[in-house]
Amino acid sequence: MMASSYNAKEEDGHHSGPSSHGGAGAVKSKKPDNTAFKQQRLPAWQPILTAGTVLPAFFVIGLIFIPIGIGLYVTSNNIKEFEIDYTGVDVSSPCFSCAKNYSWDSTTSCTCSVNFTLEQPFESNVFMYYGLSNFYQNHRRYVKSRDDSQLNGDRSALTNPSKECEPYRTSEGQPIAPCGAIANSLFNDTLVLYHVDSNGTKISIPLAKKGIAWWTDKHVKFRNPGGNDNLTIAFQGTNKPVNWRKPVFELDPDDRDNNGFINEDFIVWMRTAALPTFRKLYRIIHKKSSSTPTLASGRYILDITYNYPVLSFDGRKRMILSTISWMGGKNPFLGIAYITVGSICFFLGVVLLIIHHKYDSRNSSADIPN
Amino acid sequence: MASPEGAAAAKVKLRPRKKKKSKKESKTRSVYANILGEEDDNNPNRHYADNKIKTTKYTVLSFLPKNLFEQFHRFANVYFVFIALLNFVPVVNAFQPELALAPVVFILSVTAIKDLWEDYRRHRSDKEINHMDCLVYSRTERRYVEKFWKEVHVGDFIRLRCNEILPADVLLLSSSDPDRLCHIETATLDGETNLKQRQVVRSFFDLDCDFDPSKYNSVIECEKPNNDLNRFRGYIIHRSGRRDALYKDNLLLRGCTIRNTEEAVGIVIYAGHETKAMLNNNGPRYKRSKLERQMNVDVFWCVIILLVMCSFAAVGHGLWMFQYGDKRPVFDVLSPEGTDLSPVLSAIYLFLTMIIVFQVLIPISLFVSIEIVKICQVYFIHQDAELYDEESDSHLQCRALNITEDLGQMQYIFSDKTGTLTDNKMVFRRCTVAGVEYSHDANARRLAMYQEMDSEEEECPSRGGTLPRRDSVGSHHSVKVVLRSHSTKSHRRTGSRAEAKRASILSKHTAFSSPMEKDITPDPQLMDKVNECGSQMDFMRFHSQPMSQLPSDLGDIMDFFIALTLCNTVVVSSPDQPRHKVRMRFELKSPVKTIEDFIKRFTPSRLTSGSNSSSSSSLATNRSSTKGCSSTLSSPSAESVNADGGAEHPNAAATCQPSSANHIAVFLPVPFCRACFQGNSKGKRQKKIIYRTQNYLNQYAADGLRTLCIAKKVLSKEEYACWLQRHLEAETAIQGREELLFESALRLETNLQLLGATGIEDRLQDGVPETIDALRKAGLQIWVLTGDKQETAVNIAYACKLLDPEEEILTLNADSMEACSLLLEESLHYIQAKFLCGSAKAFHADFAPFHIYPSSPPPPPHWSSSHAAVHRLGLVIDGRTLAYALDRSLEDKFLAVARSCRSVLCCRSTPLQKSMVVKLVRNKLKVMTLAIGDGANDVSMIQVADVGVGISGQEGMQAVMASDFALPRFRNLQKLLLVHGHWCYSRLANMILYFFYKNAMFVALIFWYQFYCGFSGSAMIDQWYLIFFNLMFSAFPQLITGTLDKDVSAQTLQQLPQLYINGQNSEEYKPYMFWMNMIDAFYQSLVCFFIPYFAYADSDVDLFTWGTPVTTIAVFTILLHLGVETKTWTWMNWLSICFSVALFFTVALCYNASCPTCYSPSNPYWTMQRLLQDPTFYLLCLITPAAALLPRYFYRACQGTIFPSPVQVGRQLDRLPAKDPHGNILSLSGIQTGARPDPERKSSVAKDPRRPREESQRPDASLSVRIDLPAEGGVKYTKNSQERLSVG
Repeated sequence: MMASSYNAKEEDGHHSGPSSHGGAGAVKSKKPDNTAFKQQRLPAWQPILTAGTVLPAFFVIGLIFIPIGIGLYVTSNNIKEFEIDYTGVDVSSPCFSCAKNYSWDSTTSCTCSVNFTLEQPFESNVFMYYGLSNFYQNHRRYVKSRDDSQLNGDRSALTNPSKECEPYRTSEGQPIAPCGAIANSLFNDTLVLYHVDSNGTKISIPLAKKGIAWWTDKHVKFRNPGGNDNLTIAFQGTNKPVNWRKPVFELDPDDRDNNGFINEDFIVWMRTAALPTFRKLYRIIHKKSSSTPTLASGRYILDITYNYPVLSFDGRKRMILSTISWMGGKNPFLGIAYITVGSICFFLGVVLLIIHHKYDSRNSSADIPN
Repeated sequence: MASPEGAAAAKVKLRPRKKKKSKKESKTRSVYANILGEEDDNNPNRHYADNKIKTTKYTVLSFLPKNLFEQFHRFANVYFVFIALLNFVPVVNAFQPELALAPVVFILSVTAIKDLWEDYRRHRSDKEINHMDCLVYSRTERRYVEKFWKEVHVGDFIRLRCNEILPADVLLLSSSDPDRLCHIETATLDGETNLKQRQVVRSFFDLDCDFDPSKYNSVIECEKPNNDLNRFRGYIIHRSGRRDALYKDNLLLRGCTIRNTEEAVGIVIYAGHETKAMLNNNGPRYKRSKLERQMNVDVFWCVIILLVMCSFAAVGHGLWMFQYGDKRPVFDVLSPEGTDLSPVLSAIYLFLTMIIVFQVLIPISLFVSIEIVKICQVYFIHQDAELYDEESDSHLQCRALNITEDLGQMQYIFSDKTGTLTDNKMVFRRCTVAGVEYSHDANARRLAMYQEMDSEEEECPSRGGTLPRRDSVGSHHSVKVVLRSHSTKSHRRTGSRAEAKRASILSKHTAFSSPMEKDITPDPQLMDKVNECGSQMDFMRFHSQPMSQLPSDLGDIMDFFIALTLCNTVVVSSPDQPRHKVRMRFELKSPVKTIEDFIKRFTPSRLTSGSNSSSSSSLATNRSSTKGCSSTLSSPSAESVNADGGAEHPNAAATCQPSSANHIAVFLPVPFCRACFQGNSKGKRQKKIIYRTQNYLNQYAADGLRTLCIAKKVLSKEEYACWLQRHLEAETAIQGREELLFESALRLETNLQLLGATGIEDRLQDGVPETIDALRKAGLQIWVLTGDKQETAVNIAYACKLLDPEEEILTLNADSMEACSLLLEESLHYIQAKFLCGSAKAFHADFAPFHIYPSSPPPPPHWSSSHAAVHRLGLVIDGRTLAYALDRSLEDKFLAVARSCRSVLCCRSTPLQKSMVVKLVRNKLKVMTLAIGDGANDVSMIQVADVGVGISGQEGMQAVMASDFALPRFRNLQKLLLVHGHWCYSRLANMILYFFYKNAMFVALIFWYQFYCGFSGSAMIDQWYLIFFNLMFSAFPQLITGTLDKDVSAQTLQQLPQLYINGQNSEEYKPYMFWMNMIDAFYQSLVCFFIPYFAYADSDVDLFTWGTPVTTIAVFTILLHLGVETKTWTWMNWLSICFSVALFFTVALCYNASCPTCYSPSNPYWTMQRLLQDPTFYLLCLITPAAALLPRYFYRACQGTIFPSPVQVGRQLDRLPAKDPHGNILSLSGIQTGARPDPERKSSVAKDPRRPREESQRPDASLSVRIDLPAEGGVKYTKNSQERLSVG
């Protein structure tokens, strides 16, 4: 016993086998256990990748993917979408003057109207988006530039925002609420949609501004400091972001549940887009009755309060109207991708079949399936 | 008890103490007894280490700094810490700084915990050892008291009882043994289980009463502590001024166990860490495997790729900034100070940021994972039941943990012969006495029969493993020379098999495993002679005639047997009485009984002691004599074993001192050395004997027997006294003792009278020919390097199929550099001429200007072509020629010749030469070498080779201690290399490639994203996923696959050794494969990036709601990729993949639900939950992995069909019904077996079916340098050279 422990020491115990550890094992035979695991004889499935064995998989994938792809494609095509660019780059465009003269510093608003025609009626609920291009909301320093605690209504964070908000942390000696670059660059155009009747009258279309943000954002992530009671007092001692016209507690003075940090336009904006070309939900046009389409075909006018400058970075602003399906907005890509991949699989399956016939037959003896 | 003595001793003490100061730096150490009342600070021994051992590396305080310091020796760790620290710089940081530290801290702490645990185990075992008890003499109590080991100091007297373990290196001063001996078992030091004798220091030899420590007052001067177990020199100075020499025979080493000796007393010389055992205690070796070297190159490439990607992003960012000019877009955030960053400056910052973001590309967990996988592989190799040897109850030991995969890439094997290919169990076969041969035919027949029986017996299960061995004191380690009579033999015959088995188990630790091998049926002729001799003796005794009147041939027989009996270590003890040493007894029964009587008559008092103290020259160890001889002859400086056989204790072992005569006969077992006999060969008879004996010796050698000559010398008393005195002087010398002893031996070993010789068979181990055959089919070149003489070696080589009778043999024997050079030249020409015409295509540029294979040979069309230059030729070269051939000027030629031969046999090579050969081949040919051996003479070779394998055989553990892997038998090598080597290699190679792929693929996703975020270093993958991806989500499946994957079953791998070539050519992991994997990784990441990109293009998706599906898809793709690469799916693979997926979703869901305001900047609250309600997410998860893996899957399928690799064919064979894989393989056109002989070539060889066996049996003692070339070549080179002196 002693000898063996000494022995184990001499050899530094580096044999990983359990039988070499511990002195008590010395009396026992050192013969390894004859178990499937230790002898590496675990029952196993051993697929062999040859043309013969693999080609069913290719055909199966092909046969599954192509129908899915067709289904997706059809679904996507059934979605109606209308898009209009109101940036005002062209001289001819109605917003040209607004775009040209506008900068963050101007105090007066500029308005312009864009006319458009819907060829087809939009039957179900219509989602109204604003789209920005070339706007890098995913820039690393931009993404970081926010204080989630402040947005969650944390009092200390309200008066002392996180360092991440720099350089939009304080202005004129007071902390900024909401701080950071994201909030500072809040999209502040106002879009109003009118339907032009056959007799030429403008009928305002009711745009629902609630329900456009994630439920969890609205109710969990974003909270006003001290509840929604008196935001003016709650935000006392803070300053508005430099680019804003009005303080955060005046974002929606009419609706207490949509004001301050829990303003849904603000929440939507704070969810930074993944790609430089993106759209954000602006309003929802609810379907009124089952008989009439939500948006009938015909002429429409979009009134824009042009506040948001994008030309400095070659950006574009768009207004998008879209219905959605179970798989979201209009995007034919997934359907096409499924069809393509399915077809390729099918094609490769055929190639493999040829290869199989050409090569595998000569050693068919090795091809006995399991 | 002895206070005056004590006072006197104290006086003596003062003098040497002054000397001590000056001696402190000197080369020796002085040891005084601790009983003399010195205070602690005056104790002369206080400078020496005490016996408390501490093998732990760390203390509680030093653990953290020391461990970190050690870990930062690995460059990768420094790199990762650097990157993590970079995160703390605000301008460049990419992740939350604390989070970025997590993986590094994790990796470091895993290693630290491993180290801590190991250290704790060491600490516990230290504690256990430190608290063992032993009896130490107490000055105050004047008796021995129990003390802990750690309280033992240098200079203490300790009393040891039987079966106790020695606490320190102790000088033996007293023993209860009447012969003043002490037996120790050194198994813990060198693994040898036979008992070794240690002697009481000579001056205490004649002490009649018990040793009394208080009376001791001598001073010991000895060497500084060193780690040479076999050396101890010093002397002891008594008060009288007398000096006595001390030898290693007087020293009991720490860790050994006292056996067969009731009580022994000694003084501690070295304690604690200064003991030889502890100085020898060095940890496992660290080698870097070939695969790892290759991997490091690719890690370097990864760094380059990383830098390129970072630079690209930095330049992109600079340009992106530049295009905006002075118009600052709202999303381009100013620096915290509110200042504007210039494009160039922000590009530089971005470069650093990108290094952080892309750090995953350098796989942080790769090194840890590889270590884990290797430990698991070692575990499985260790557990393999086929690598377990029932007989010795030993299994494979992996001593080097990190070169398992090298086993799969070996190209050259260098093997020792004796003990490696053969059993190293010496079985007596024949002998010659006085020029008459006694062939012992009956014995041979019996042995042959027994072997058959033995092989049958193997089937019946052994019950032996459970017998307690340690408890029985391991005391049946007796090396016996037994000549049994007919009666005992017939008893054996009737004995059941079970009995034989039991006996063999009982004697597990003895040299002879079965009694059958110990029994000898005497040759009838010899029996007659002996009987005659006996009767003559009886007659003479009766008439009290002097012995010299015996007829000379009978006298020779007489002397022969006396020499055999005397020159052996014989220790007998019985298991039931472990504490009592049984008196010496010879098992010389009836026919030799008379001789025993005779011996008893003439040396009544000296017989037992003399035989006992004979040092080491025994029959069982006579192989070392033979070896030693060969080394003596080839290099005079090598240690001569002659010296220790007869010379070290001439007064004891080999001398027989008839009281009546004035002469002393010295019997010596000697290697046949003509010089030794020449002086005495005046007598015609003696000349004849010498001549005949030499012939017989040649014949024995040709039969593969080991030979030993027995000689005697008669000295006059004066001569003896004169020689003895000089010898004693030599013995007591501290400096140059070996040389002096050697000279002393030389003085004695002249004018010897040759008595006869024995031939001892060393049987081949089981399965050696098959193993060699399989290894050769596997494309391994096998070289045998042996110290044996040429004829023996050649014959063993034939026996183990190393040489083929159909093969031509090139024999190179040269006695000068020029001759050697010429020979090599001629051989080269010959090889060229012979084979160039035959197979021209296989031959380009292989010879004549010597040409080294490019280090990475182009992928051969068939797997055999890299070996195409190897012909059916065997090369035999002897030690002396080898010495010339290894010269710098000739080594290239030698290699050119040798590598074109199928097998190479180097005889009579010294240990140094062995290692030189290995080094030469390894360095010049840039091949992977494996050296396998069992003895101390193989150690240097084992250490030089890429992989050293030791056989834990009969000859001690030195080879095992030096090796990376230790095997019980040679035949285990086959499975170790062909199966485990192959598996380990392919598993690890695939795992490493997968690792590179995985990280590149993941990082590339972020890289593509840079094009869409203004190269701002933004990542759509949440930093948590990014950082824990490697550590958690993708870690387990690859570990399982890396540990358990089997590309081909063990059975097929062994049946088709050709599959091993896969590893030799590094076909699983070639440099281009790294790039292929990188390209595939980039393709897959493109797919995984752009399918979600287009699917979510121009939508209201936010950054991390888009990034999470990308991550999910990447995880799926990576896991499925592993699935495509996994060859064997056990439940563990399924489980690990399911676990990984489940883990990812669990972590994601928990993480996304945990905190609404934390984890800036991603703040992924409820993201995953929302995604799981989104059908697009599922659609993406379905199509993207399919599209990403499509090319690889398709390629694998095509490749498996159109041009399957041999391994794939092997896998297909696995699937076949097991009836006849070999029949099937021939029908598979995909395979071209490299070892299948080219019919054309074969026929050319077959024309010359010269039987080398016949040739080597030619009686001439090969006095010429010859190169044996076939007659059709028309050349025969003969060079005269000086006569070779040695035979035996």
